[in-house]
Amino acid sequence: MLEIKTAKTRKGKRELEKRAPKLVESGKKTLILHGTKTSGVLNAVLTQIYHLKKDNAVKFSRKNENVKPFEAGGETSLEFFSLKTDCSIFVYGSHSKKRPDNLVIGRTYDHHIYDLVEVGVENFKPMESFSYDKKLAPKEGSKPFIVFIGEGFEAVEELRHLKEVLLDLLRGEVVENLNLAGVDRAYVCAALSPNRVLFTHCALRLKKSGTVVPRMELEEVGPSMDFVIRRHRPPNESLRKEAMKTSREKPKKKEKNVKKDELKGKIGSIYIPDQKVGETALPYKAKGVKRERREAKGKNEKDENAPKRKKEDS
Amino acid sequence: MEMEMEIEGEKQHKFDVDLGNLMAFDSNHTFPSQPPLSREDLVKQCLLKGTHLVQAIADALFTSPSTEDVDGPLVNLPPPLTKLPREKHLPKPKPPTKWEVFAKKKGIKNRKKDKIVYDEQSGTWKRRYGYDRANDEDAVPIIEAKETDDPEEDPFAKRKENKKKRVEKQEKNRLQNLKEAAKFGALPSHVQLAATALPITGTQAAPKKVTKDELGNVAGIAAAATASGGKFDKKLLGEKPAKHAGKYRKFLPVVEGTGIGSQEREQTEKILNKIISKNSHNILNVEKAVTMHNVKKEKKRRSEKGKVSPTDNKLKTGKKSFKKGNFKKGKAKGK
Repeated sequence: MLEIKTAKTRKGKRELEKRAPKLVESGKKTLILHGTKTSGVLNAVLTQIYHLKKDNAVKFSRKNENVKPFEAGGETSLEFFSLKTDCSIFVYGSHSKKRPDNLVIGRTYDHHIYDLVEVGVENFKPMESFSYDKKLAPKEGSKPFIVFIGEGFEAVEELRHLKEVLLDLLRGEVVENLNLAGVDRAYVCAALSPNRVLFTHCALRLKKSGTVVPRMELEEVGPSMDFVIRRHRPPNESLRKEAMKTSREKPKKKEKNVKKDELKGKIGSIYIPDQKVGETALPYKAKGVKRERREAKGKNEKDENAPKRKKEDS
Repeated sequence: MEMEMEIEGEKQHKFDVDLGNLMAFDSNHTFPSQPPLSREDLVKQCLLKGTHLVQAIADALFTSPSTEDVDGPLVNLPPPLTKLPREKHLPKPKPPTKWEVFAKKKGIKNRKKDKIVYDEQSGTWKRRYGYDRANDEDAVPIIEAKETDDPEEDPFAKRKENKKKRVEKQEKNRLQNLKEAAKFGALPSHVQLAATALPITGTQAAPKKVTKDELGNVAGIAAAATASGGKFDKKLLGEKPAKHAGKYRKFLPVVEGTGIGSQEREQTEKILNKIISKNSHNILNVEKAVTMHNVKKEKKRRSEKGKVSPTDNKLKTGKKSFKKGNFKKGKAKGK
């Protein structure tokens, strides 16, 4: 016996529709959580990553015991969280003697684990330790410039994977139009060796140059750390092929405010905002306004004459 | 796997610039391992290279055609070059419903209907469906009887029955269509198909859903149903102690704190109020109590005299009747 369950409120229905699979996807949400044991460094790293991605990230504050991404049975919790919070990238931090300051960055496809990268954090410098001109501070939610340096990113398989994952994590929403006044942050990732990546977050300063293009200057603001690659699990081929599929169709756009009438033909309706007639500024100064100005002037110079003047005028 | 968009004539190196992602990649740079650079030097070099790359992106960005906007110049970004995996599968097309298949076969097209229709019976314009609709056949006060009609049968009830049947059939069809869609993985996003439990016996009653509290209570009872009251049982990892502690009395503190007032007085007041309020509705009760008292007195006198009345057995019930008068009688007796 099956029963149809629908959302009982319209708001609930809208929320469910937001989570439905779409033709063109909007930005991925990130889930930040930690395991049974964390170190001070790791806590700072997780909170700062959350700050960098404030709008589209969810941070869990409790410790989660049964999350073990690389083991067969330890993924169910992660998949459940991903389903409930509608997050498809997660950052899981844990600390143990064998793997100190461990960070596992993973992605999900259809709320099942797609791939994982495990890195260790070293030489962490928090945002507070950098001193810079506060006016430069990047605004929350601005689209970042992402820069990768080093041939290791192409040669070494793990680094290639890490590059893809970092790009996915940092890029935010894919937009069609970008406001050039709003570019103010850049992430720099440099492959120092086949298993070490320097990651830092900088603010951009645009300086005047002769041409249309401004001269860019980087100034380190944000957290800076070294990623040491530990383990990684690439996605299996069939899953990867399915996840990379794109559709040729374009999303259907509903044509609104257009009606077809038999007599008049095609009619469109335009909605204009309320015209507040009482609050519009008049083009010529009213007589009263002029008098007030005169009165104010009179008060400043001679106090007694001002009221007398008023009577004379009327 | 990245596609390259070369910026030539800029520097000696060619960077891969992916404008849709605002990303740049320098695939040719190596950090010298001999002599090993200090941390600061490494960072400086990284920032320097980073600046070059960011400049490359900015070049491409600022030279593309821009439109003026209120907040600043808007640039149309090309679609990103590096392909990243999707987070959810592509939406699957919905299979046509049974009606849609039939309509296609017969060539029936959907005609646009008006919301307001003219109602001949009342001579006004009413809505086509819903409350107070136009041309509603069920809303007539009188139904003409035909010769073939059964005189026992209620035509209004029959109409209601028919409507109910139609609605049920429609629901069944809807469920079938949704099941078909679910088979293809194309269930609409706001709908879920949930399995309700099958009745084991032939009865139609659905099994009652047990709440968390009820389950906890039952589990507590089961845990305590051992010879030692469940105290010495081995518990599993993470199992919480049974809920029924056993103590239901609350003792007042020996020394009462400041600002609360006499808790003992409050306690007794509470109980008294409850009892009195239950029985102090109307004066009649007093009378009733008095008459009952008198009747009982009479019966006692009669029994003392030795007469056995047939109504004795009825009054002399072993059970206490929890009627309102009883409390008052108790009080009156006690007095």
